Amino acid sequence: MWFEHLVFWVLSVVAIAGALGVVLVRDLFRAALMLATAFVAVGGLFVLMNAEFLAVVQILIYVGAIAVLFIFAVMLTRDVQQGNAPNRLQIPAAVISALVLAAMIATAVSTDWTTLAGAGLEAKAQLAQTQAVGIPDATDLTSAGLTPAEVESVSSGGLADLLIGNFVLPFEAVSLLLLGAAIGGLALARGRGR
Amino acid sequence: MRCVTNAEGMLSADGVLGGNPLFYFIYSAVGHVAPCWLSYLIAGLVIMLILINAVLLGAAVVSWGERRLLGRFQNRVGPNRWGPFGAFQPIADLTKLVTKEDIIPYGADKLAFTAVPVIMVAAVLLGTAVLPFAKDVALVDLNVGVLFVLAVSSLTSIAIFTAGWASNNRYALFGAGRAVAVLLSYEVPVVLSLLGVVIVAGSMSLGDIVHAQTVPFFLVQPLAFFVFIAGMSAELNRTPFDVAEAESEIIAGYHTEYSGIKFALIQAAEFGGVLVVSGLIATLFLAGWAGPVADWLGWLWFLIKVFIGIFLFVWIRSTYPRLRLDQIMAVCWKFLMPLSIINLVAVVLEVFFLRDASGSLSTADLWIMTAINMVVAGGSILFFGRFIREKVRTEEPSANPPSQVVPGVPTIGMG
Repeated sequence: MWFEHLVFWVLSVVAIAGALGVVLVRDLFRAALMLATAFVAVGGLFVLMNAEFLAVVQILIYVGAIAVLFIFAVMLTRDVQQGNAPNRLQIPAAVISALVLAAMIATAVSTDWTTLAGAGLEAKAQLAQTQAVGIPDATDLTSAGLTPAEVESVSSGGLADLLIGNFVLPFEAVSLLLLGAAIGGLALARGRGR
Repeated sequence: MRCVTNAEGMLSADGVLGGNPLFYFIYSAVGHVAPCWLSYLIAGLVIMLILINAVLLGAAVVSWGERRLLGRFQNRVGPNRWGPFGAFQPIADLTKLVTKEDIIPYGADKLAFTAVPVIMVAAVLLGTAVLPFAKDVALVDLNVGVLFVLAVSSLTSIAIFTAGWASNNRYALFGAGRAVAVLLSYEVPVVLSLLGVVIVAGSMSLGDIVHAQTVPFFLVQPLAFFVFIAGMSAELNRTPFDVAEAESEIIAGYHTEYSGIKFALIQAAEFGGVLVVSGLIATLFLAGWAGPVADWLGWLWFLIKVFIGIFLFVWIRSTYPRLRLDQIMAVCWKFLMPLSIINLVAVVLEVFFLRDASGSLSTADLWIMTAINMVVAGGSILFFGRFIREKVRTEEPSANPPSQVVPGVPTIGMG
C-alpha cells in the first residue's frame, strides 16, 4: 500500500535527520531534543512492522526516560550552547563508530528479509513471537506468513518467552550492565573520601 | 473511479481502523462516490475531528466544573456571571487568551518554545485513541493499550522540560525541574499498580480489561486504585503535589512565560489530561462502559464514571494543602512504592492459586480477591502510613528566644 510507503519514508527521513541533528547541532539541549525526535520516529517504524509492543516500549523508555535523563545531564553541564570542544579521541571514536555501522549494514544486507514466505517454520514462528505481546494466536501466526497446517504444528510463546528463553543470556547481561552503570554513577556522584 | 462497485460491495477497510464501526460506516458511505484512498482519508479526518473536539470541549467543561466545585468546597461562589451557572466562562476565557499578545521572551529558544504547547496537547489527544467509550467503540483497541497510554503520557515530561529550558526564565526552569522530578518518581508506583490490573485482566488491551471486570477493579484491588489516583494526582501537577507550579514560590512554574494562545493550549492540555486520566480510571478500575442495564447505554455509564473520576480529583485538590518537595518524594518512595509492590505480590499470589486450568478467573474468585485485598489494603496503609508521618513540633513557650534557623526543615531545592 502506497500509504505505508509514504509513512515509511517520512519516518525514515525524520529519524535520520534527527540523528544527524544530534551530532551536528551545537546547542546541546536542542541535540537532546533531536535525539528524542529520532527515538519517536524509530518507534513509528516499529509500528509499521506490526511490532506495537516494541514501539510503545521504545517511546516509554527512550523518550520518556532516557531522553529526559539526557536533558537532566545537559542541564548540569556548563556552556550548553557552545557544544563540546574537540578533543584527541575524535579519530578513534570515528573509527569505532564507522566499524559498528559497517557491521550493522553488513548484517542488514546479508539477512534475507524478503523470503519470509519461503523461510523455515522456526523463523516464521519467531517473527510471530516478536510481533505478539502475549502468546501469539492463530491470526498472529497467519499474518506472519504461516499456512494453516503450519499454525497447527507451532506451539510457541510470545516475546516474553523469547526474552526469558532463547535470549536469556543477553537479557541478563544487559540488566547486569545497567546495574553496573547505576553503581558506577553512584560512586562517581558520591565523590572520593566521603 | 469509485471505491465501492459491487452490490455486496463491502470493501475491505484494511489497517487498524477497520474494526471501528463509525470509521467503517463513513468509509463505506464515502466509498460509493470517491476512490478508496480518499474515503480512507475522509473517514480518518472525520473521526479525528470528533475526538479532538470532544477532548478540547471536555477540557473546557472540566475547567468550568472544577472552578465551580472548588468554589463550593471553599465556601465561595466561583464563576457565575456568563450563562447558566457561569457555564460559558471557558468561552470568555478562551476569547481573552486568543486576543492577547503572544509573547516570546528575549533570549528564548523560539522553535522549542513554540513546540511545547503542541506536544503537550498532542500527548493528551493521543491518550484518548485507545479509550473504549462504549462497547467496542474505541478508535483502536491496541493489544498494548495500557502501555500505550503510559508511553504517550511520558511525552509530557519532555515537553515540560523543554518549556522550562526554552523560556530562558529561572522560575520556569525550577518549575520544570520539580515537575520532571515528580513525574519520573511517580511513574514507578503508577506502573506497578497498573501491573496488578493487567495481571488480573490477563491482557493489556483496554477493551479486554473492561470485559474482565465482572467485579470492578477498584474493589478487587483497592491498593492499586489508591496508588493510581495518588500517582496521577502528582503526574497531573494537582494541588497536594503541585510544587511544580506553586504560585506563591515560583510564579507559575514551567509555563510562567507563556501567554495568549500558547497558554490556552497548555491549560487545555492540563484539563484535558484530567479528562483522559479520569477516562483511564473509569476504564481500568470502574469497569468502563459496563453498567447496571443496557449495553447500548455504555457511553452514559462511561461518562458518569469519568465525571466521578474528575470529581475525585477536584475533591482531593480542594482537601489537601500543598506538600513540600521532600514530602512528595517521601510519599512516593516510602508510601506508594511499598503499597504498589504489596498489591502486586498479593495479586500475583492470588491469581496463581485461584485461577482455573485455562488460567482465567471466575467472578467468585474476584470476590475472594476483593475480600483478601481489602484487608491487605487497610493493614498496609496503616503500617506504611507511619513512615511518612512527620513529628509535629509543639511550640512551647521557653525562656530561650526562638532561633532563626528552624531545625529539621530541609531546604526546598530542585530535586
